[in-house]
Amino acid sequence: MNGHPPRSHLHRLLASGQFVVTAELQATDSPDPESVYRLADLLRGSVDAVNCTDNSAAHPHISPLAAAHLLLDRGVEPIVQLACRDRNRLALQADLVGSVALGARNVCLMTGDDVTAGDHPEAKPIYDIDAVHAIQIARIMRDQGMYVSGRRLDETLPVFIGAVENPFAPPHDFRPMRLGKKIEAGAEFVQTQIVFNLPTMRLFMARCEELGLLDRVFILPSVYVCRSAGSARYLRDMVPGIDVPEPIIDRMEGVPSDRQADEGIRIGLEIVEELREMRGVAGVHLISIRGDESIVRLVEEAGLLPRPAAVEAAPAG
Amino acid sequence: MRTKLDRRPPASAPEARGFRKAILLVERGTKEAIWDCRMCGQCILHSTGLSCPMRCPKSLRNGPCGGVLQNGNCEVLPDQPCVWVQAWEGSRRLPLWRDHMEHVQKPVDWRLQETSSWENLLTGRDRHTPAGWLAVGEDRER
Repeated sequence: MNGHPPRSHLHRLLASGQFVVTAELQATDSPDPESVYRLADLLRGSVDAVNCTDNSAAHPHISPLAAAHLLLDRGVEPIVQLACRDRNRLALQADLVGSVALGARNVCLMTGDDVTAGDHPEAKPIYDIDAVHAIQIARIMRDQGMYVSGRRLDETLPVFIGAVENPFAPPHDFRPMRLGKKIEAGAEFVQTQIVFNLPTMRLFMARCEELGLLDRVFILPSVYVCRSAGSARYLRDMVPGIDVPEPIIDRMEGVPSDRQADEGIRIGLEIVEELREMRGVAGVHLISIRGDESIVRLVEEAGLLPRPAAVEAAPAG
Repeated sequence: MRTKLDRRPPASAPEARGFRKAILLVERGTKEAIWDCRMCGQCILHSTGLSCPMRCPKSLRNGPCGGVLQNGNCEVLPDQPCVWVQAWEGSRRLPLWRDHMEHVQKPVDWRLQETSSWENLLTGRDRHTPAGWLAVGEDRER
């Protein structure tokens, strides 16, 4: 899409029409690189790229750029998430240059959960720019080779620009249009909020098709792998913007706790299967809380192995 | 009129006096009363269904965040409706400007806080756009 040569492994796979699998890295709180290496070794070969979250749920964790660098050490393709909550336009642009300089060429730009959702509610949030601004700024750096101020970079920034969208939050009718705005601003791929509600997801995709968006962006819906009934309830009650229908909770609660992890994988598999049938779905993004083994199992049981080999680092420029 | 957070050098933004102060007071008085206006000095109310986007706790100018609650209320202020849910509904009722909800709005110029958007409209100060941002616009039109 957009006629650009692929700027990353992820970009190359998506452009070639492969059904892509990405996963969210469990954000660590350890200064020991081994904590990230262990997860990288677990996920390598099972997924095509791994998101390095940016203080997810407004809790500080290892910096996404540092995590991305550690993933690259272990041959895992990173997607660097950058949120507007913690950085103004200067910091964003600095991190974009830094990310690409480290070899992390996929970014996913978002507003971010508010500080009130995290463990530092007294913090001053930034919100200098919004996610649409952040996306267009990345695109200016990519296409024009300049900062938003107009000052030149030494060269254009070979970055593959991602965004997020939540089909499940009001105002539902505006959500496909909002994705359209992000595409207009420069988004090339989008990872959605976690999908449990398939009818709502189908409506969203149908509306995106009507708006002509499906040929302009790669859509990766997120699938959550529940490890327990408690983790499903946690999502429903504690994370704003997630729609967890009651039947999902009932199913998880309906099995004894030692078999709930299996049931979570079964639910995830069913959702992945449904998503694969939807036109315009370019892949899936898998999320779990401390359940990286479950992600690997789900990929295997969904018949998504082997993953295409990552070629050596993309040539510079 | 200047707030503590205002870091503009006085020369570039002289304090409003006389006629200019009158404009500022009239704008603030009416728009605060009707729309709970936050005086960003670069008004886009007509593009956002007459719901002031600066009331959004995340200052979003291009639509709602992903945290809107299922009842349509704000993630940060759960007792209040999301500014952007109101913007979407409001925009559907407008005879003009409905399609402005689809327009990409440029980043906020924070130097204009607490100034009159009416004055900035007349003087063209609100049209100041960073050069890089304009470069993409020109690209798009080609």
